[in-house]
Amino acid sequence: MEVERIPLAPISIPKVGAVGKTGKWRTFRPVIDREKCIKCLLCWLYCPDAAIVRDENDNVFVNYDYCKGCGICAHECPRKAIKMVKEE
Amino acid sequence: MSTYKVLTGNYAVAYGVKLCKPQVIAAYPITPQTSIVEKLSEFVEKGELKAKMLRVESEHSAMAAVIGAAIAGARTFTATSSQGLLYMHEGVWMAAGARLPIVMAIVTRAIFPPWSIWTDHGDLLDQRDTGWMICMAEDNQEVIDMIIQAYKIAEDERVLLPIMVGLDAFILSHTATPIEIPDEDLVDSYLPRPGETLSYLKISFDNPLTYYNLAFPDSYMEFRYQIHEAMNRAKRVIEEADEKYHKLTGRKYGGLVDTYRCNDAEVVIVSMGASTGDTKEAADKLRDEGYKVGVLRLRFIRPFPEEKLKEILSNKKLVIVIDRAISLGKGGILYTEVASVLHKNDGRTPIIRGYLTGLGGRDITVSDIIKMVRKATSLFEKGELTHGWEWFKLRKEVVM
Repeated sequence: MEVERIPLAPISIPKVGAVGKTGKWRTFRPVIDREKCIKCLLCWLYCPDAAIVRDENDNVFVNYDYCKGCGICAHECPRKAIKMVKEE
Repeated sequence: MSTYKVLTGNYAVAYGVKLCKPQVIAAYPITPQTSIVEKLSEFVEKGELKAKMLRVESEHSAMAAVIGAAIAGARTFTATSSQGLLYMHEGVWMAAGARLPIVMAIVTRAIFPPWSIWTDHGDLLDQRDTGWMICMAEDNQEVIDMIIQAYKIAEDERVLLPIMVGLDAFILSHTATPIEIPDEDLVDSYLPRPGETLSYLKISFDNPLTYYNLAFPDSYMEFRYQIHEAMNRAKRVIEEADEKYHKLTGRKYGGLVDTYRCNDAEVVIVSMGASTGDTKEAADKLRDEGYKVGVLRLRFIRPFPEEKLKEILSNKKLVIVIDRAISLGKGGILYTEVASVLHKNDGRTPIIRGYLTGLGGRDITVSDIIKMVRKATSLFEKGELTHGWEWFKLRKEVVM
């Protein structure tokens, strides 16, 4: 069996979802209101898990696989365009 | 052409560091180390050394700063003593675990309380489980040479571990003696180019890495194993560094240990640091009286020169270990370390006797060493000397 070798110093190459889909931890989900969004990208910048992604036109989307629902995006949004909605 | 100057041990450190061209230096002042970084700061100010000099608020931050700089790929330097070294202790462990070849000068000084600014090896030897290589110089010439060798050893890809270079407070740090300063070109040819060693873990935006994250029980042990193996490899690297330095400068110290008149000796005195000069003088005087005495100086305490000690000391009659530090509740530290490797099962282990003295800067003189040897040999000849250690020059009449 192939074993994973450890490096000389304890360093690792980051990869998406190394410990599984952390979105399962979420209690509240952020929902973006496109009418209100002004594409300032503050949510994208502040998200501690890089779970907000942007497209080439600076539209922002939540990656619900990894969003833990901390609500920082909703707190930072200057137009109150993000609502935190209780998960069912 | 090399130049000659009359320098204190601390200035010898500074001149040595300058020749090695570190890119980042961070340190916090503490007696008796301060004049090392003062001098380096002067070199930077005058433009003679193109390094970033970071003024930090504590030794803990000094170590954190050089760790950060080393991760970014820089050659680094810091220096401290006693309380300062204890305060940075957390970072000391980190630098080794992170495999960063930081060079740090330690001007050995006794630990508080009570306050003492004088030499004693307690601060340096307290670091012996950290994963740093630990060496100690005998005189100011060796101080400058050891600093240069330290970068060579630490940055070797077989090693990649940080290293402490010790020198005794005041006896070396503040005593000026004539020394030869090697040529800049010579040091350039001896060392790798600054900042070229750590490319595999260098911070890079193109190749982002997570540094020093969580290790589960299935891999932590292997990281410690790798450090221990690097220490073992360092033994060879230390000898090579000394040999190559010898070719360039004509000066040779013996790598892991320095031996003096050991070949035909029946009694060998093991010592470390500046008092070894007096020990060698005592050996000469004792030889004149007919004692067959030699001296073995531990240049390195980590990696511990186990094989060398076995090779040189195994067939002697008597080994006397002079300690300048105590593991309280156990005994002389060097005594314990030396004794741990010399015991054999054939009943022919040399008698190992430790003398613990010189704490808090109490002098260890030539006549003290002569007394130790006379005392030990006379008991030995009567068959009354056992393995063990004892206090020497302790003023027992003043204790409660």
